[in-house]
Amino acid sequence: MTTPSRLPDPYGQGGGANLADILERVLDKGVVIAGDIKINLLDIELLTIKLRLVVASVDKAKEMGIDWWESDPALSSRARRDELARENAELRERLARLEELEPRRAEEEAP
Amino acid sequence: MTGLRYVYAVCRPFGTPLQAQLTGVGGDPPRLVPHHDLVAVVSHVPEADFAEEPLRAHLEDLDWLTTVARAHQGVIDALTTVTTPLPLRLGTVFRDDSGVRTMIEAREENFLRRLDRLEGRVEWGVKVFLEAGPEQAAEQAAERPAPQPAAMSGRDYLRRRREQTRSREEQWQRAETFATDLHRTLTGFAEDSRLHAPQNPTLSGHSGRNVLNAAYLVPRGESEAFVEQVERTKDDSPGLRVELTGPWAAYSFAGEDAAGEEASGEKAGREGTA
Repeated sequence: MTTPSRLPDPYGQGGGANLADILERVLDKGVVIAGDIKINLLDIELLTIKLRLVVASVDKAKEMGIDWWESDPALSSRARRDELARENAELRERLARLEELEPRRAEEEAP
Repeated sequence: MTGLRYVYAVCRPFGTPLQAQLTGVGGDPPRLVPHHDLVAVVSHVPEADFAEEPLRAHLEDLDWLTTVARAHQGVIDALTTVTTPLPLRLGTVFRDDSGVRTMIEAREENFLRRLDRLEGRVEWGVKVFLEAGPEQAAEQAAERPAPQPAAMSGRDYLRRRREQTRSREEQWQRAETFATDLHRTLTGFAEDSRLHAPQNPTLSGHSGRNVLNAAYLVPRGESEAFVEQVERTKDDSPGLRVELTGPWAAYSFAGEDAAGEEASGEKAGREGTA
């Protein structure tokens, strides 16, 4: 097999090609033609796949970088932890603002 | 069972044979279906997997999808070494060779025009990542609830948050300027370019945040200069990582005609599947 001349060696391709690079191209790019086998093109939109994968396999989905459920409080314990962390941060900021408003009183009240 | 036809690409006829051991989707070697001045590259695939219902089910199976995507890309890649393919989107399936020929017949002019535009060109992918530096790592650690020192006063906490926010903004600003400059430079070395959505770090397996994900259409003969240009930028960007992939078939440039040339055949195709 001859490779056309003056074409640099492949970068990041072949067996080690990043799955994201490949999926991005074969699913999202290329010429779209309706074949005899009708599949709703939305079926192979990455987003749809991402959503459906969650049901199929959480580990695999995470491997794919699909983790939207982690930030949905209804779906994840991690999200609830994040929720707590956020609330904690908000409280700290409120506290800091109060301290700035009333620095002396805050100091006086300290034991 | 006669089998269906999975179409990878449409090309002009090419003289060089494909690698003998090349297998495509479903392990079937790619075959050529010539029609007039064009040739479709197809594999025979079983109805059990590629008829409407099983195909729909399979598309939700990531392992299956990954295997098919790699096989599809493998064939396109092999074609790229011998000709300029017009890659079709994954999952373009016809009943038989005659269905494939009818499809080519209906879009002949459109295919020829696109192939002319892409002839002798390849696609290079360039991504820029903002590396997670020590500051960012510290910041991420600080955002987690557990390691937060209990003794820190609200005021100290607020000050630290401000500093972190400022440093993060500066990093982003720098990354954005770098990416914008790089894209402008590379566009000068390319015939055309496309900006893609940033990749999710977990999916790509890369570390750092993806701030530029671009594709460039470059003539084969000018690829070396393009690659050298990318290589040159790699060292003068501490904290930022530049990644090059390719040469790819011109996937990112195959789906559209040049500006203002929206093909009616393509529109009909889209409507047909809606």
